[in-house]
Amino acid sequence: MYQGIRIAGFGGQGVISAGVLLAQAGMLEGREVSFFPSYGAEMRGGTANCSVVVASDEVTTPIVSSPDTVIVLNEPSLSKFEPMVKPGGLLIVNSSLVNSKPVRKDIKVLYVPCNAIAAEVGNPKAMNMVALGAFAAVTGAMSVDAIAKAMTRVYKKLKPEIIELNVKALKRGAEFKLN
Amino acid sequence: MAEKKLMKGNEALAEGAVRAGCRFFAGYPITPQNEVPEYMSWRLPQVGGAFVQSESEVSAINMVYGAAATGVRCMTSSSSPGMSLKQEGISYCAGADLPVFLANVMRGGPGLGNIAGAQGDYWQATRGGGHGDYRTFVMAPNGANEMANFPHKCFEIACKYRLPSMVLADGIIGQMMEPVEFMHPEVDVKALKEPDWALGVNHGRAKRIVKSYDLREGMLELMVNERVKRYRQIEAAEVIYEEKMMDDAEIAIVAYGTSARISVAAMKLAREKGLKVGLFRPVTLWPFPKARLAELSKRIKKFLVVEMSLGQMVEDVQLSVNGRADVYLHARPGASVMTAEEVYTTMESISKKGAKEYATAK
Repeated sequence: MYQGIRIAGFGGQGVISAGVLLAQAGMLEGREVSFFPSYGAEMRGGTANCSVVVASDEVTTPIVSSPDTVIVLNEPSLSKFEPMVKPGGLLIVNSSLVNSKPVRKDIKVLYVPCNAIAAEVGNPKAMNMVALGAFAAVTGAMSVDAIAKAMTRVYKKLKPEIIELNVKALKRGAEFKLN
Repeated sequence: MAEKKLMKGNEALAEGAVRAGCRFFAGYPITPQNEVPEYMSWRLPQVGGAFVQSESEVSAINMVYGAAATGVRCMTSSSSPGMSLKQEGISYCAGADLPVFLANVMRGGPGLGNIAGAQGDYWQATRGGGHGDYRTFVMAPNGANEMANFPHKCFEIACKYRLPSMVLADGIIGQMMEPVEFMHPEVDVKALKEPDWALGVNHGRAKRIVKSYDLREGMLELMVNERVKRYRQIEAAEVIYEEKMMDDAEIAIVAYGTSARISVAAMKLAREKGLKVGLFRPVTLWPFPKARLAELSKRIKKFLVVEMSLGQMVEDVQLSVNGRADVYLHARPGASVMTAEEVYTTMESISKKGAKEYATAK
């Protein structure tokens, strides 16, 4: 089993922390994992992205150049990361903020209105969790429970009620299915 | 077995150093190693140590010189341009036989370069870097787990043989997160014996002087030659390397750090296509595993060096195989990272008869 993931969006959307969470969750499930952030001259409001690998075998390169799954959280990331997706791979698009449509026909596309759902749940900041829930459910690369469990390890300072809202957002995301 | 923890390479290195007994850190910020001083700034006070953000790299290495002279386990870290600034001080540490621990999380160069991961400081790290005849014990980790565990070995060697030791990582290894397991028991600094050369309060013992010079005629040569004896001992006893699928290999990839990780993927691709490829990973860059490569070159006739620099380690491989085998190069300088597919293509071309030696990709 090998799953290479790229997550991209604005700085501040939780791109990096979503990546760390996936790696932690994969580790809890006994997988080999790696996480690698973009660390160029990034800033809040600028673009950020990260690579995550979850695999049953040793992880070679931590930089995922041909991802099985790309999660795009904002408009500019779509044109930048859509071409990278492996043929037959999965593109998760945050349809709350991304208006353009992917052009490729050789990949699977899942539209998830992450911001809208996070707002419904009661924590607009948890939009990245909605995307992760969808990712876990559609790819089966890890369980939603593992991601939920990983939260207390990664976000040590978060209050329990906020974690609860995050888990809610995660579970709402997990209700999405590929058509 | 200790519990595995998801850690960033730089943080793992810092924690590994603290566990290995490091109680003094001085440094100046530079990407991509900033997590090391950041971690040390809160971690060292917890264990009774001291952290100093100095006004420059030059002062940082000289503070470390001072701390080491008192027998304290100490370190500084930086990235390429910052390491260049520290070279004079490192030469002084070597000249004064001081056990200091250094970490270079390499970025693109030369000059200001860029902040992405690179391997262009191989020569600087393995050839001494500063002025004069000296060596530095250099270890090249291939991920966060080795970042966590190599400081222990580096302090052990530095203290045993009295020389500077270094972890030579790159931006990718510094920035990546991986499951980490600290393998060594934590060093109890109170139980460490005070070295018989360390400075401190003198209650009537013989005078001790820490210095990197001897101006009396002929004495400096004796001093250097005494040091060289220790270098020879290190070369004989402290070489570390790793081999993967080398038993039946017809082509051996030689790579360290991030390049070695990518080479594992390239090796697997090659094996799937029926090419008999193995990987030889030097873990200590000095001492370089010359003897083992020499032995392998009696059987293996093609060596492919993969490095994120213009071709630096390739010279050590050529010296080691000494004409017994063809040596090829796949080089990506300027903080560009090769892909496994790209390395595989190079392997495919050199697997053919009459392949041009020493070809550079791109």
